[in-house]
Amino acid sequence: MGIPMSVDVREPAPPGAATAVEAAFALLDAADRRFSPYRFDSELSRINRGERLIASPEMVEVLGLAEDARAASGGAFDCHDPNGRLDTNGVVKGWAAQRAADVLVAAGITSFCLNAGGDVVVRGAPEPGRRWHVAVRSPTGKDPLAVLALQDAAVATSGSYERGDHIWDRRPASAGRPLASVTVVAGDLGTADVLATTLFVLGADGIDWAVTTYGCVVLAVDDRGLLHTGGELSPLLARPDPHLPGKKSLRLLGQADGSPSRSLS
Amino acid sequence: MMPKKWRGTLLYLGILGASVGVLGMRTLPAASAGTPVVSSAPSVPSGSATSPKVSTIPSGAPVRVTGQTIQTRYGPVQAAVTFEGSRITDVTVLQTPNRDGRSIQIASRAVPTLHDEVLQSQSATIDTVSGATYTSDGYAQSVQSAIDQHG
Repeated sequence: MGIPMSVDVREPAPPGAATAVEAAFALLDAADRRFSPYRFDSELSRINRGERLIASPEMVEVLGLAEDARAASGGAFDCHDPNGRLDTNGVVKGWAAQRAADVLVAAGITSFCLNAGGDVVVRGAPEPGRRWHVAVRSPTGKDPLAVLALQDAAVATSGSYERGDHIWDRRPASAGRPLASVTVVAGDLGTADVLATTLFVLGADGIDWAVTTYGCVVLAVDDRGLLHTGGELSPLLARPDPHLPGKKSLRLLGQADGSPSRSLS
Repeated sequence: MMPKKWRGTLLYLGILGASVGVLGMRTLPAASAGTPVVSSAPSVPSGSATSPKVSTIPSGAPVRVTGQTIQTRYGPVQAAVTFEGSRITDVTVLQTPNRDGRSIQIASRAVPTLHDEVLQSQSATIDTVSGATYTSDGYAQSVQSAIDQHG
């Protein structure tokens, strides 16, 4: 499997922009080599085989973040799979992509959009007077679920359609409605990625906890197709483009509290 | 489906391999390029393009190379790349998954006004997609195939 990654840098770009982007790619590639459970020679695989080695500072940092998330989520987030092996996929992509974005910022790039396997960091504006428009893919169809208008923010999405294989079902009996997809907007991608994974495990009832504890914004769809939101979402929603034909394809089934259905069109 | 163009941007694409190293790190020193999209935005008028400072290659007549159509889980993705000499001056998205796909049936626990705002936001232009691995992968492959054809 490959993780597609793109970096979109808007002009004026500083002189070292291309070098910084290459460094960002190299950083993500190094993280993949270190943390991949699919590579026989990764540090993660060596630890899982019980080889005696001194963990790298990066491994220590990532495991520390995973432990913080485990404690904060009451065990919903855990970087061990059901067999007890380490699996850092729930935390490492966001952590590494945020570090890659930090490389771009340090190089003086003021306007960019970094997308690593569907996790996004944006800085500045793509053009004067407009924020970056980040579509959130719908778990059920081809249309975007929503389009967010963001500046200096990070977006992570977890969904059963995307990478459910390594999200283990540890939901307590009291967990909320299972989520088909959950998107978290936060100040940094490490936080957004961990929260998206954690909320996917916790279900809809975890949204209030995430918003209260981390001040993030959440947009989720549960397994019945009901939309759940948390935090100050409204200011982050993009306005429709007047040049595009109006879309009426979404039908409102009804409020989750059981109020009557109505059509938008 | 209208083509989508961008101006004044540098785009870099890469595929990070999980098993055999970097499968292909693609760097496009582009004067203008696109991002993976599921959008049908109107064209931006040309003529305001900014030239990359890195290129010293003399430009010839523009050559437009159409990339392969890549089938993704969400439908076909196809891009076209315009070269002047060996410099990429434009990337156009020719095909993206149909936005008129099956309806999404959603309902909301949110207040109705917020719910309406969510629905209305779906008609906004798009720069990138969160959780869109399949489509962006197809886009990268199509762009790369156009580059490979041009040589």
